[in-house]
Amino acid sequence: MSVDPILFLAILPEIGLVILGGLVLLLDLVLKQPAQRWLGWVTAIGLWVILAVHLVFGAPHPGLTEVWGGMLRWDWMAYVFQGIFLLGASLTALFGMDWDVLGQRGEFYLLALAATMGMCLMAASADLVMLFLAIETTSIPLYALSGFLVRDYKSTESGFKYMLYGATTSAVMLYGFSLIYGFTGTTRIYGVAEIFQEMFTRQGSAAVYALLGIMLLVLVGVSFKASAAPFHFWAPDVYEGAPTPVAGFLSTASKAAGFAVLMRFVIAVLPPTVMGDASSLVGRAGPYMTAVLALIATLSMIIGNVLALTQKNIKRLLAYSSIAQAGYILIGVTAGSSLGQAGAIFYLGAYLVTNLAAFGIVSIVGRVVCSDEISAYAGLSRRSPGLALGLLAAFLSLGGIPPFGGFVGKVLVFAAAIDARLYWLAILGIINSVVGLYYYLTVLKTVYLYRSQEEDSPLRLTRPWVIALAACVVGILLTGTFFGPLYQWSQAAAAALFSF
Amino acid sequence: MAFPILSVIVLTPLVAGLIILLIPRERKTEVRVTALAAAILSLVLSIWVYFAYQVSAGGYQFIEKADWLPFLGISYHMGVDGISVPLVLLTGIVVVAGVLISWGVEDRPREYYAFMMFLATSIFGVFVSLDLFQLFFFFEIAVFPKYLMIAVWGSPQTREYGAMKLTLYLFLGSVIALIGVLAMYFASGLRTFDMIALEKANFAPGFQYIWFPAVFFGFAILGGIFPFHSWAPDGHVAAPTAISMLLAGVEMKVGAFGALRAAIMLLPQGAHDWVWLILLLGTINVVYGAFIAMIQTDFKYVIGFSSVSHMGLVMMGFATLSREGFLGAGMQMFSHGVMTALFFAVVGMVYDRAHTREISRLGGLFRKMPWAAIGFIIAGFVSMGMPGFSGFVAEFPVFMGVWRSQPPIYAIIAVLGILLTAAYILRVVSRVFFGDAPVELAGVSDVTVLDKVAVSGLATIMIVLGLFPILMTPMVQSGVDHIVYLLGVIK
Amino acid sequence: MDFAANHLLSIILFSPTVAALIVLCLPREEENLIRWVSLAASLVPLGFSIALWANFQPGQAGFQFQEKIIWYPPLNSSYHLGVDGISLPMVLLTTLLTPLSLLASFSIQERVKPYMVLFLLLETGLLGVFMALDLVIFFVFWEIGLVPMYFLINQWGGANRGYASLKFILYTIAGSLGLLLAIQMIGVVSGTFDLLDLFKTWPSLQGTLFGLPAETVKTIAFWAFVIAFAIKVPIWPFHTWLPDAHTEAPTAGSMILAGVLLKLGGYGFLRLVLPLYPAEAHAYAGWLAFLATMAIIFGALGAAGQSDFKRLVAYASINHMGFVVLGIAAAAYAAGTQNAVLALNGAVLQMFSHGLTAAGMFFLVGVIYERTHTRDLNAYGGLFTLVPVYGGILIFTAMAWLGLPGLSGFVPEFLVVRGAWPVFTLATALSMIGLLFTGVYALIAIRQVLHGPLNERWVGHLGEINLREIMVISPLMVLMLITGVWPAWILDVINHAAGALSGLF
Repeated sequence: MSVDPILFLAILPEIGLVILGGLVLLLDLVLKQPAQRWLGWVTAIGLWVILAVHLVFGAPHPGLTEVWGGMLRWDWMAYVFQGIFLLGASLTALFGMDWDVLGQRGEFYLLALAATMGMCLMAASADLVMLFLAIETTSIPLYALSGFLVRDYKSTESGFKYMLYGATTSAVMLYGFSLIYGFTGTTRIYGVAEIFQEMFTRQGSAAVYALLGIMLLVLVGVSFKASAAPFHFWAPDVYEGAPTPVAGFLSTASKAAGFAVLMRFVIAVLPPTVMGDASSLVGRAGPYMTAVLALIATLSMIIGNVLALTQKNIKRLLAYSSIAQAGYILIGVTAGSSLGQAGAIFYLGAYLVTNLAAFGIVSIVGRVVCSDEISAYAGLSRRSPGLALGLLAAFLSLGGIPPFGGFVGKVLVFAAAIDARLYWLAILGIINSVVGLYYYLTVLKTVYLYRSQEEDSPLRLTRPWVIALAACVVGILLTGTFFGPLYQWSQAAAAALFSF
Repeated sequence: MAFPILSVIVLTPLVAGLIILLIPRERKTEVRVTALAAAILSLVLSIWVYFAYQVSAGGYQFIEKADWLPFLGISYHMGVDGISVPLVLLTGIVVVAGVLISWGVEDRPREYYAFMMFLATSIFGVFVSLDLFQLFFFFEIAVFPKYLMIAVWGSPQTREYGAMKLTLYLFLGSVIALIGVLAMYFASGLRTFDMIALEKANFAPGFQYIWFPAVFFGFAILGGIFPFHSWAPDGHVAAPTAISMLLAGVEMKVGAFGALRAAIMLLPQGAHDWVWLILLLGTINVVYGAFIAMIQTDFKYVIGFSSVSHMGLVMMGFATLSREGFLGAGMQMFSHGVMTALFFAVVGMVYDRAHTREISRLGGLFRKMPWAAIGFIIAGFVSMGMPGFSGFVAEFPVFMGVWRSQPPIYAIIAVLGILLTAAYILRVVSRVFFGDAPVELAGVSDVTVLDKVAVSGLATIMIVLGLFPILMTPMVQSGVDHIVYLLGVIK
Repeated sequence: MDFAANHLLSIILFSPTVAALIVLCLPREEENLIRWVSLAASLVPLGFSIALWANFQPGQAGFQFQEKIIWYPPLNSSYHLGVDGISLPMVLLTTLLTPLSLLASFSIQERVKPYMVLFLLLETGLLGVFMALDLVIFFVFWEIGLVPMYFLINQWGGANRGYASLKFILYTIAGSLGLLLAIQMIGVVSGTFDLLDLFKTWPSLQGTLFGLPAETVKTIAFWAFVIAFAIKVPIWPFHTWLPDAHTEAPTAGSMILAGVLLKLGGYGFLRLVLPLYPAEAHAYAGWLAFLATMAIIFGALGAAGQSDFKRLVAYASINHMGFVVLGIAAAAYAAGTQNAVLALNGAVLQMFSHGLTAAGMFFLVGVIYERTHTRDLNAYGGLFTLVPVYGGILIFTAMAWLGLPGLSGFVPEFLVVRGAWPVFTLATALSMIGLLFTGVYALIAIRQVLHGPLNERWVGHLGEINLREIMVISPLMVLMLITGVWPAWILDVINHAAGALSGLF
């Protein structure tokens, strides 16, 4: 049968990643350690090329939404998220290049590429089976990456934990998928709502509870990926144990992938509404969905921020911080409106560069000081003022302070909450922001105020690292000041979510 | 296209700050000179704006407008009116004074001056913003310079606590105001953050009743309104001298200004409903602040609480919703800004030489540093509302406004504040500057030439304004007319 | 010349300030230069006020030499100056006493420059009060005068100067707060602060103000004004700041304090209270008379009981100023009658005369103190033989001080008693008993100092009064004599204004 060549544009990133993966595999066989470090450049540059091509050619065509037999959706949502993943992967490759064991093994790059491909598919999936495949394609390489440092017991522990929890939650989610199939007879994500609506008109509230139950099951798996409470407990241990660049990748791209699925699924199947008409399934069940999502968001924010207050290890602090950040992003999703989803997507984009920068700095400092304790950051501002400023930019962006991207993200999600009349959620959000600012400032205080013995010996920074950090900082500033372009993309992506 | 003078004023410190960060850290003099150049440039331009503003025409002038995110109605919109022009000038003056006073900072002057420049940009930006999102944007930028400058360069015992308390308190206030602002955005139905458009939005009375307190008090926290004022003494005292000058002198006015622009002008009906509370709290500020200042044993805390007291008069002026009250509040914001900058500057000079701020351990400093002493005494008279100085020409209209619009009992209570102020000022002056010098202070040196320049400049401004209020009142009056017009629409 | 003619009052008012700025630029070490420059500069306003006197038309109604420029437009307050027969003598008194005080201050040795600067600035403050025809300007100058006085006492005063100066300034500020509030209220209600307008509109104000009847509001404002001025005069029982302030101030400070500052209070009554609140003043005149009588009697008794020479003179001021208030009270009660005019004439002349005699007495106390370094009357005795010239001058001044006919003290006391007798007979009768005690304390003081057995310890240690000091006291003595013998030179000026003031009701 003939395939319209234009459909290949839909899977441009995946094709690119496969080719790049093959190239890296080949070079890995040819090159010896430590020359395999050059694979990092190959990966990074290759990813940039793919990104560029994707941006130019990969824009969705109107009218061609469900492609490849309904497996994938070619829309702005997929387009934007795939861009985010590709960027994240390239930055991770650069950050990881000079990280001891990690950067000198070709496996690192390969696993990263594989995971990225899985994420791209996750964002584009329109079919339950495709979605599960994509999730597993993403997760398994990530398990391996977490446990990459086989001689470090913490790393292997984190890999194991991640795998066990991940597998469990995936199984629960799969159970939910199977129930969907059982109830509806289709695996098309975008067809589920319609069928459930028919069920509702025939059988009434039983359909509501069934659908809610299924959504909860699915949310288990998706929340795990997004590190949202109450499925967050893996994050601190895994982030602490995994090699720092991997932790960065997990906390940003992987989380974004999880959110992509969450948003896609929720909006397509059971969008959260505040007040709905009782005659439709969505109207009846929507408020429950809102309540559930609001609850998850609240728990994530509170647990993340409160537990971060007591942390002495910076990677654990960043882990709890990312749990809280997931909560803020969920506020946008909970609002249910186009503005809310756009805000969440914007936030994820700004968050990508922000958290990658943070973990990037942690990776370098951790390597030089041989410690991930916060107290080891004392005197950093004297040792390396530029690094301290980078940390300043990242942490303040996390705190939601202008002129950094986190501020705009927070404004957008809070605006969405207010627009949806979820005032309590917005108030909880701002109270949590204040708490969050406390520990971000405490770290900065350590960096700028406290002294240390080694403050006169400069830190050696390698070129790929500097490039990656510079790109991140530029991104943080751009998303905070000239946020028009990113917002427009987010808006388009959000709009795509709602068009069936 | 007209020269974008307001953008230049706002962005010059930002650019200077970024340049400073690139200067190698050993080159301390270049850092200082760059900062001074930027500050002077901004000051000169703000003086130009002050005299070029057409008072007779009134309204918002020097307007610049560009799209930022049109989809959400966010624009880059700048302009000044009769109220903000003096405040821009004040900022210019205090920033220059602050840069001069900080000349002796040796610990990482590069970061210090860069952060000060960012703070200056933030303050300038708020005063000239005509778009609520932009106002907020500049308003929040100040958070991290404030925190870091107090925490790193402040006085060793209390800086960490003072910095965190100040920052979190103000951040909380600002996000509360943000929620209110967002609510206004959605309720107006206009899908814009443009303040000129929102002035005509005509929000529902019920909406205004609920949201006015959120927006007003969110900003007024930064203005030090009782009972949310306790961050001010701790934060200002912990801060290094120049930052105390900027924070107490100008940043508190940012809060009051935000409350005026975002709450009173855009939600006039809500203002009418809630002024009783603002007046009550403002009066408490005046008396309570003065009372607490009287019992302080630390020289700097006296001044810290004095700021709380004087901002109360600004709030009272607002609460009268009258021409005189707003005029007085506008003049008081300028006068108090200069006055408290001078106060903190002198306190800093004393502390740098005597290494103590305990009043009981100071004395006889008039002989050692006469310029500083006279400057402090002049500032003291301004704070007492002594005629002949700018404090009197600011306080008098506020009281008249109270007489005109509110139960006169508030005027009678607030006037007690004047008496208490006289008492604590005279007490501090006679103990610290007169009397016998303790033995430990025998070696105390006089202040530097730059210090004298700063002190003289600030003092002269207060005397000139006190003798010739006509130099500023028409300007403020034109801004006030517009505010009263907005308030009158629903009367 | 034209400018001078049109702005004579401003020139008089601000020439001391210009002088102060000039002195400020002189080098600190050149103390003699500073003293002489200050003295010379202070003669300028004196010269101009003599010119003012010469060109003043006593029979003409209203205020002369008026100047008006808008000062604070939103408040409708203008820089409005003018003099009439009541304020002109006060202006003259001030411009006369200032050079004399500066000359008396030549013996100050430390920090001469700030002393002179402050004194000159003080003169501007005092003159401004007497010339102001706008309530805000009045208040501005009223308060401005406090600051230099505070510092003069605080820095160059006696042992207890810190306490005395603080008490002085806080007491006065507290009193003026009520005045401030009342002024604000008047401005809000009337829309103007100009006295000429207010004289026409304020007394007849009717209706409801701030939810209360206008009469009640006016009464409260009346008391606010009264208390502020009562503290300044001072009227018993608001007098407790005075003995300490006068005693601790340096000699010239006491001269100006007693000579002029106290008159600000009396002037306040005359210029503001009587014209603005005729009905209330009439209603409460009895109270004022009562308090005046108390001041006369207790002031005299207090003085008689003192062993500190300077404190004695201080209490005497309370006694003398009581007559001023008595005269005002009578004028308030009997408005429009000949008695009122007589009493007012007496009150104003008493202010002038007491200015001369009190300044003279404080100066002479200062003279003896500089030589003996004690003010204890018991430590003196029989000094006449050692310093006969000083003794003669002291007796002369003290006679004027106690009101001997033929010298300036007698005429006003006579006028006040004459005017108040038909109105407040009992109070006047009691006051005359007070007059008796006036004689008592004055003679006690003279006896203790000059007569009696010679106190051996001063033999050979007491220098005679020198030329400079004689230069200080002579103009005062001349004026005391002239005013006592030929009071018409000043009464002509005062009379018309007094009549207008009583007729204003």
